[in-house]
Amino acid sequence: MYQTNYHRASSVDDAAAQFAKGTESKYLAGGQTLLPVMKQRLAAPSDVIDLARIPALIGIEVSGDAVTVKAATTHYDVAGSADVARAIPALANLAGMIGDPAVRYCGTIGGSLANNDPAADYPAAVLALGATVKTNKRTIAADDFFQGLFSTALEDGEIITAVSFPVAAKAGYAKMRHPASRFALTGVFVAQAKSGEVRVAATGASQDGVMRVPAIEQALKGNWSAAALDGVKVSADGLMSDIHGTADYRANLVKVMAQRAVADAG
Amino acid sequence: MSTVKLTVNGRAVSADVEDRTLLVHLLRDHLNLTGTHVGCDTSQCGACVVHVDGRAVKSCTMLAGQADGATVVTVEGIARGEELHPMQAAFRDNHGLQCGFCTPGMIMSAIDIVQRHGGKLDEATVRQELEGNICRCTGYHNIVKAVLDAAGRMKVAQAAE
Ligand SMILES: Cc1cc2nc3c(=O)[nH]c(=O)nc-3n(C[C@H](O)[C@H](O)[C@H](O)COP(=O)(O)OP(=O)(O)OC[C@H]3O[C@@H](n4cnc5c(N)ncnc54)[C@H](O)[C@@H]3O)c2cc1C
Ligand code: FES
Ligand code: FES
Repeated sequence: MYQTNYHRASSVDDAAAQFAKGTESKYLAGGQTLLPVMKQRLAAPSDVIDLARIPALIGIEVSGDAVTVKAATTHYDVAGSADVARAIPALANLAGMIGDPAVRYCGTIGGSLANNDPAADYPAAVLALGATVKTNKRTIAADDFFQGLFSTALEDGEIITAVSFPVAAKAGYAKMRHPASRFALTGVFVAQAKSGEVRVAATGASQDGVMRVPAIEQALKGNWSAAALDGVKVSADGLMSDIHGTADYRANLVKVMAQRAVADAG
Repeated sequence: MSTVKLTVNGRAVSADVEDRTLLVHLLRDHLNLTGTHVGCDTSQCGACVVHVDGRAVKSCTMLAGQADGATVVTVEGIARGEELHPMQAAFRDNHGLQCGFCTPGMIMSAIDIVQRHGGKLDEATVRQELEGNICRCTGYHNIVKAVLDAAGRMKVAQAAE
C-alpha cells in the first residue's frame, strides 16, 4: 500500500472539510472495497477520511412507508434488523447474502452504493425498490444514481448520508453467488410497489452495471408469478461474458433468478 | 505517522505507526503477536481474523488507525493461562487442523459464530458462516465437527460461570 494520511471524521461537515484539504482524498467506511484496492496499489489516496464512526451516519429508521438506512450502517446490522425484516424482508435477506460474516461486520450500504460494483447486491435493491439516495447536498432518485460500471451521480467529495427505501407490497431477491468471491454471478431483485408498479433490477449481468429488466417487468405486471416468466426471453445484448459465464448464460440466469425472487417474495 | 492506542488481549498498548499500517501488521510487527496470520492479499482467506470490539473482522482489511480506541482480542488472548479456550481444545480433539496456518482465523471466526448462534448452531450454519475462512488442508470436515463440539462445551462453560 502506498503512503496515505488517515483522518477520523467527527461529523459529516468535518468529513467534507477534511476531504477538501487533501490533494486526492477518499472517504473510507467499512474499508472492504477501498482497502483491498489500496493494498493492490490500484488506488493511492493522499488522505482517507473515515466516516464509520460518525453518529449521524449510523442507524435504521422504519416508518409505515419507508425504511431509511443511514450510510455507514453495516451489512450485519441491516441483515439482523428485526424492523427491516418486518418491513422489507428481502432487503434484510440481501444484506445477509453479502460476502462473509467478517465482510458484513465492516462493509456499509453507503460504501457499496458509492462503489457501484457491477456485481454488488445493494444496487439491485435500490433500483428495484425505487429508493432515494440522500447526500450531504441533495437527494438522488435510484434511476439517476447509477451511471454505469463503478460510476454514480455523486460529485467529487459528495457524501451519501442515507438511503430511503419505500416499503413495497411484495419484494424478493435471489442471487447465484460466485463461489469464490461470493459476489453475484447474477442477482435479481423484484418488487411490486404499493401503487402496483412492478420494477425488476439485475446485478452481475450487464456490462454497464445494475439494470432494469423491462421484459420481466412486463410479464409480472399482468401476472405476479414465477410461471408468468416461463416464456420470457431476456436478451443477451450488452451482458457480460467472461470465464465464469457467457452473455447467453447470464441472460438465462436473469430469468431463473427472477423466478426464484418472485417465489421468495410470495 | 500516528499514535494508535488500543487494548489488545486485556493490555493497554500504544504504537507509533505509519497511517497505511494495517491492523494485522500492527499486531504482528509492532506487538510481536504473530499468531494472527496473513494468508492472502485479497481479503478472502480469513487467516487474519481477530475480534475488534467483539466482532470477528479481517485484520488485513482494517487500518491500525481505524482500530484506535478499540478492544482487540487475538488468538493469543483466549486461553486462560495453560487452559485452552474450549474452541482451541475442540480443534485439537477433533483433529481440526493440519498445517495450522488457517487455524487462528478459524478459531476467532468460530468463537464469533458460536457467540451469535448459541445453542441453535447446526452443521449447515457452521459451513455457511465459515465461508470467509479458507483451509487448504483439512477439507473442512473436522473443522465443522470441532466448532459444533465447542458450541456444546462453551454452553457448559457458560452455565458453570
Ligand atoms: C471477501 C469479500 C466479499 C465480498 N462480497 C460481496 C458480495 O457478495 N456482494 C456485495 O455487494 N459486496 C461484496 N463485497 C464488498 C462489500 O460489500 C463492501 O462492503 C462494499 O462494497 C463497500 O462498502 P465499504 O463500507 O466497505 O466501503 P469502503 O471500502 O470503505 O469504500 C468504498 C468506496 O465508497 C466510498 N464511500 C464509502 N462510504 C461513502 C459515503 N457514505 N459517501 C460517499 N462515498 C463513500 C469510498 O470513498 C470508496 O471509494 C465483498 C468484499 C469482500 C472483501
Ligand atoms: S489475510 Fe486477511 S483475509 Fe487473507
Ligand atoms: S490446516 Fe492447513 S490451511 Fe487449514
